[in-house]
This record gives sequence, structure tokens and C-alpha cells, in this order.
Amino acid sequence: MAPLLQSSQPWVEKYRPKQVKDVAHQDEVVRVLTNTLETANCPHMLFYGPPGTGKTTTALAIAHQLYGPELYKSRVLELNASDDRGINVVRTKIKDFAAVAVGSGQRQGVYPCPPYKIIILDEADSMTEDAQNALRRTMETYSKVTRFFFICNYISRIIEPLASRCAKFRFKQLPEEIMSNRILHICNEEGLTVDTEALSTLSSVSQGDLRRAITYLQGAARLFGSSISSKDLISVSGAIPREVTEAIYAACKSGDFDLANKEVNYVIAEGYPVSQMLAQLFEVVVGVDDISDEQKARICKSLATADKCLVDGADEYLQLLDVVSNTMRALCNMPQEFSYDI
Amino acid sequence: MLWVDKYRPKTLDQVIVHQEIAENLKKLVTEQDCPHLLFYGPSGSGKKTLIMALLRQIFGTSAEKVKVENRTWKIDAGSRTIDLELTTLSSTNHVELSPSDVGFQDRYIVQEIIKEMAKNRPIDTKGKKGYKVLVLNEVDKLSREAQHSLRRTMEKYSASCRLILCCNSSSKVTEAIRSRCLNVRINAPKEEQIVKVLEFIGKKEGLQLPPGFAARIADKSNRSLRRAILSFETCRVQQYPFSSNQAIPPMDWEEYVSEICSDIMREQSPKRLFQVRGKLYELLINCIPPEIILKKLLSELLKKLDEELKHEVCHWAAYYEHRMRMGQKAIFHLEAFLAKFMSIYKAFLIATFG
Ligand SMILES: Nc1ncnc2c1ncn2[C@@H]1O[C@H](COP(=O)(O)OP(=O)(O)OP(=O)(O)O)[C@@H](O)[C@H]1O
Ligand SMILES: Nc1ncnc2c1ncn2[C@@H]1O[C@H](COP(=O)(O)OP(=O)(O)OP(=O)(O)O)[C@@H](O)[C@H]1O
Ligand SMILES: [Mg+2]
Ligand SMILES: [Mg+2]
Repeated sequence: MAPLLQSSQPWVEKYRPKQVKDVAHQDEVVRVLTNTLETANCPHMLFYGPPGTGKTTTALAIAHQLYGPELYKSRVLELNASDDRGINVVRTKIKDFAAVAVGSGQRQGVYPCPPYKIIILDEADSMTEDAQNALRRTMETYSKVTRFFFICNYISRIIEPLASRCAKFRFKQLPEEIMSNRILHICNEEGLTVDTEALSTLSSVSQGDLRRAITYLQGAARLFGSSISSKDLISVSGAIPREVTEAIYAACKSGDFDLANKEVNYVIAEGYPVSQMLAQLFEVVVGVDDISDEQKARICKSLATADKCLVDGADEYLQLLDVVSNTMRALCNMPQEFSYDI
Repeated sequence: MLWVDKYRPKTLDQVIVHQEIAENLKKLVTEQDCPHLLFYGPSGSGKKTLIMALLRQIFGTSAEKVKVENRTWKIDAGSRTIDLELTTLSSTNHVELSPSDVGFQDRYIVQEIIKEMAKNRPIDTKGKKGYKVLVLNEVDKLSREAQHSLRRTMEKYSASCRLILCCNSSSKVTEAIRSRCLNVRINAPKEEQIVKVLEFIGKKEGLQLPPGFAARIADKSNRSLRRAILSFETCRVQQYPFSSNQAIPPMDWEEYVSEICSDIMREQSPKRLFQVRGKLYELLINCIPPEIILKKLLSELLKKLDEELKHEVCHWAAYYEHRMRMGQKAIFHLEAFLAKFMSIYKAFLIATFG
């Protein structure tokens, strides 16, 4: 890729750590990889965990630190879900890449340049099972001269035989203080000021996802200037205002179906994501103390059903209306079974 | 030209609704480092209008010189090559397409197009390398695979290619994609705002609006600006000068749905079900999306039912819409919903009236 103009990159890219030691909060993997830099030994790796926690960053950083800019291209193969990774591609591309010998491992300057190549399979959870199976053999055949880095969000989507060949590292969501440190660093570089309240808001709206936090920060900085408040961040994060969730809950309590339907229509017209509405409704329901556990259970069950349906692509309005209807029936102690369903 | 197109604001300064968002968008693109954007909101709320005005803000009038092309992609999928055809709209600095139009093969399109765009990076006036913009419509309809394909590409080529994604329901866009964009919510305009737009158009067309007329159209529009403008134009065609009690005609297909509802409330029998099947087919043939039909059916039924039945019927609507999404033939599930309704309603009638 051509050298990039710094200024034309969004902040998430601009502030992507270039060195493994700068990856925040993932101490275990940082320790192992720092060791790798000294000994040049490296097992196959499997990184998994939620979005925006540093998986891709870490893999790219170690690859760069091992080989340096000159050898990088010939030693590192990065395949991600945007490349076709059917069985054939896995067989041919990886074979072609792995088969070319690397020669002896000669240290070049600061770069250890170990005598193996690295294949980074980012977003490996979207590979088909067949393709993953095809990889087993390839991994064995070239085990002397290649190291695989698998990266994914869901470890359960990686077939056991692959997972068991790797050293596994779970990337954890970033806690508030770590996130705040990183954010403060960026604010420093960009000449922004944020107060502690804003920092804590940022961490809660981005739910441990640092990429999201950085994007919100940049959005807020562009929209509201260099002094950023908690309110600015909430507004760019698209969180649903409390009043809206509370109005829905109150409508359920009232027992008036038409009123509840009106509130649901309002949520849809305002464009609030229903998946997020469900999450916020869940917090309200769990938090209130004037309803029984059984009522809570009924509501949570319907939230869970709707969540699954949404993932399957079901309609947002219909799902929310169903949840609201179930919630109303639970709160108003209407029977769980329908009367006319035969 | 239809009024919806004729009076679509061209620049961020001209918008009548969403003025605040327009101002914000202007600030967002003052620097070269704008993040990817995801526009979401209900149909007819003005997403597309804002996106086009934003492109114009970034690239100037050249963004308006678009050509429509039917492009074919030859995809090398290992053992075979796949030909994919898709309509694209493009100017020198941007490309717009709806990859979900090619169905489950949409991932090939997103894979190819971004790499292709990243390769020919434009040079801006100051001699700096600028970025191109790829507008993807209906990203909520993209397959999982296509959405997964976008993830790393969005990061990798972000210096040369910025994405503007557009969709109705952001719940259907994966977390990973949402986490890579600045999310811009475009809510449906309030009725007062719709009235403002209608009055603006009325003035431009030199029309005399009776008091309360625009408000009545807005009230019937379900907060969709597009729909309000369309029915305004229909009214103009049907009768001018307007009279203050002039009827606001519903859409043809909606009347049809109302008929179906009356049919099934009057009689619940296999014969009746067979009759309405024909009507459902008619709607589907006219390209009314099945989930829209189902929602309209529900809303018509809810107007007429007892409180207790409302809960049951809305539950089954949600249930069958989900099944419809998982299945293949919409007609089965629409009909199943109607059959379910008939059975519930009949049981209710018997229990109530014997
Ligand atoms: N642990 C971390 N330390 C420092 N920066 C981080 C960390 N995690 C994420 N970031 C920031 O967030 C951005 C995205 O991180 P990265 O691409 O590594 O996420 P990921 O874990 O690969 O997510 P995904 O699963 O969505 O691919 C980086 O560019 C960086 O700015
Ligand atoms: N900000 C605005 N000011 C005035 N009129 C507007 C504005 N936005 C949209 N309109 C009018 O509303 C019509 C519909 O808007 P648009 O096509 O942008 O909706 P959309 O959100 O893209 O809908 P869909 O999701 O159905 O594609 C436009 O043709 C235009 O006439
Ligand atoms: Mg990643
Ligand atoms: Mg549109």
C-alpha cells in the first residue's frame, strides 16, 4: 500500500498502536509477544474477543516489529473476511505463500526476522467449516516455516482441531480507567479538553470498545469544538434518551394497548435502534423493585426471544410491539396463555 | 419530474428539515479525516437527501455529475467465475450502489469495489491525495458474509476510501460495522416540519392552500416526508383549486389491504381464505414488500379489535413475520397469519356471542 497521508486518516487509524507494548490492557498477550521479540519463538496464536479491543492491532504490530518494513511484504500474509477464503483459496494462496523458502533467520538491525512466515487470518470466524478443515492439513505441512494468527470475535466458530493447535488469548473489554488513559492521550495530541464526567460517559456509551470511543470522540470534537462535555458525547453516541425508555415502560404499566402502540410507533419514527431499546428496557426491568421475580422473568423471556428474532432479521416494529405487549401482560398480571389460541 | 425529486434540496444550506444535522455534517467534513458514516432512520425521512448534499459539500458540484452504469463484475471464485451485474451511480469522486440487489452474492461486490476504488485514489486541488466515497444503500439487507467482509476492508483502506452506509433499521447492521462508523440518526420529520415543506412547495408552485390542508396531509403521512409530498401532488392532480375538505386519497395498495381486513372479519372460512389469497398475490405481484403488507394488515386489524385480542394478534404478526424472514415464500406466511387470525377471531366470537 502507498504511504498514507497522516492527516487524511480517521483517528481510529491514526492512533492505532504501532508497537505491541502500546496495546492497552491485554497484558498476557503483550507479555508473550514481548518475549517473542527477544527469543524469536512464537506459537500459533488465536486472538478472540469483542470488537475494538486490539486484536488486529496486536497482530499487525508484532508482524511489523518482527520483520520491519522491508521484509514485511514477503513474510506476512494478511487474509481477512474481505478476501475470498473458500477452500480453494486457502489451499492455493497459503500454499503458494508458505512454500517459498525464507532462508536462515538472520537478525536485521532491530528486527529479529525469525525464519518463518506469518499468516494472519483476521475475522476467521466467518470462514466456512470446510475451509477451516482444509487448513488443518496446511498448518501441519508447513508447521516448520509458518505461524498462523487466527483472529475472531467468537471462539466457538473456530473448529476445535484448529483452536487446539494455538495459544489462545482472550481480549478483554477495556475498563474505564484504561480507556480514559488512552482517550486522554489522544486529547493531548489533538488539543482537546475533556472533563472526568465526559470520560466516564464515553466509557459507558462505548461499552469497552475503544474503537467506538475514539470515533465518538472525533465526532464530538468536529461537531462541538475542542472542549467536549458529557452531553456532546451522548448526542454523538446515539444512545436512546432515558425518557423514551421510561415512557415505553410507563405505557406498559398503564395496561392501555393503544397507548403502548403509539409509543412503539414513536420509537420507530425517531429511528432508535430497537436492539438498543431492548437492552435499555432490560436495565429498567431488572432495576425496578415493585414487581415480582416472576413478572421480571416473563418480561426477560420475551426480550430474549425478540433479540434472537432481530438477529435473524425480523421487523423492528413488530418485535418491539410484541415485547411491549408481553411486558404489559406481565405487569398487569394478565394470564400468560392466550384465551383464543386453539 | 415528480415533486419529491424536483424539490429535493441540493445543498446542506437548502434543507428545510434536519437543519441541525446538516450544520453538523458540514463541520464534520471540514478536515480530511472524517470517519466512516452510517445513516439510519425510517423510510422517507430524508437520509438520501442529506447524503447527496453532503457529497456535494465535500466534492463541490462535480458530485452532481453522475453517470448511471450497468456494471458487470467477473469474480474469480476459485473453481469458477461468477458474473454479477449491478447498477452503479458514480461521479469522479464517489460511487453509489445497493449491493444487496445481487442477493447472497453481495459479498463479492463489496470485496471487489472497495479494493478497486482504493487503487485509483483521486488527487485533490491542493495536490494532496484525497479520498473517494463509497455510498452503500440498504446495508441492513446485506448478508452476514457481506457485512463481515466489510469489517477489515473498512479499516485497511480507510485512508483512500470513506464509506457512507445507509439503512432503515440499524439493528440489522452488525455490531462490528456500527463500531467502525459514526452513526447518524435521521428521525422522521415531525408533522409541523412536514407542513413547512409542503407550504414551501406550494409557494414555489404558486398554489393556494386552504387553512389546515397541509396539516391534514401531514397527519395522514405517517411522518414520511416522501409520502406527504407524493400525496400532495396527487391531490393537486385530482382537484385544483383545493377545497378545504378535499379527501386525501390513500395509496391503492393500502385500500386493498383494508378490503382484505374487512373480508376476514366478516367471514372466517377456508373459502374466504382462498378468496383473499388472490388479493395477497395481487399485492405481492405489485412489488409491495411482504413485511409492509403484514404490518398494514396488523394496523388495520388493531383498529377494530377488542383489547384482549390485540395482544394475541400482534404476537402472531411478529411470529409470522419472523418465520417469513427465515423462510422463502412470503405468501405461505402471510396466509398463515390470516388463517391464525380467523381461527382466533372465530373462537372469540363463539365465546362472546355463542
Ligand atoms: N487494547 C488497545 N490498546 C490501544 N488501542 C486500542 C486497543 N484496542 C483498540 N484500540 C483502538 O481501536 C482501534 C481498533 O482496534 P482493533 O482493530 O485492534 O480492534 P479488533 O479487536 O481487531 O476489533 P474487531 O473484532 O472489530 O476487528 C485501533 O485502531 C486502536 O485505535
Ligand atoms: N431536509 C429536507 N428538506 C426538505 N425536503 C426534504 C429533506 N429531506 C428530504 N426531503 C424530501 O423528502 C423526500 C424523501 O427523502 P429521501 O429520499 O432522502 O428519504 P430516505 O430517507 O432516503 O428514504 P428511504 O429510506 O425510503 O430511501 C425527498 O425526495 C425530498 O423531496
Ligand atoms: Mg479486527
Ligand atoms: Mg433513500
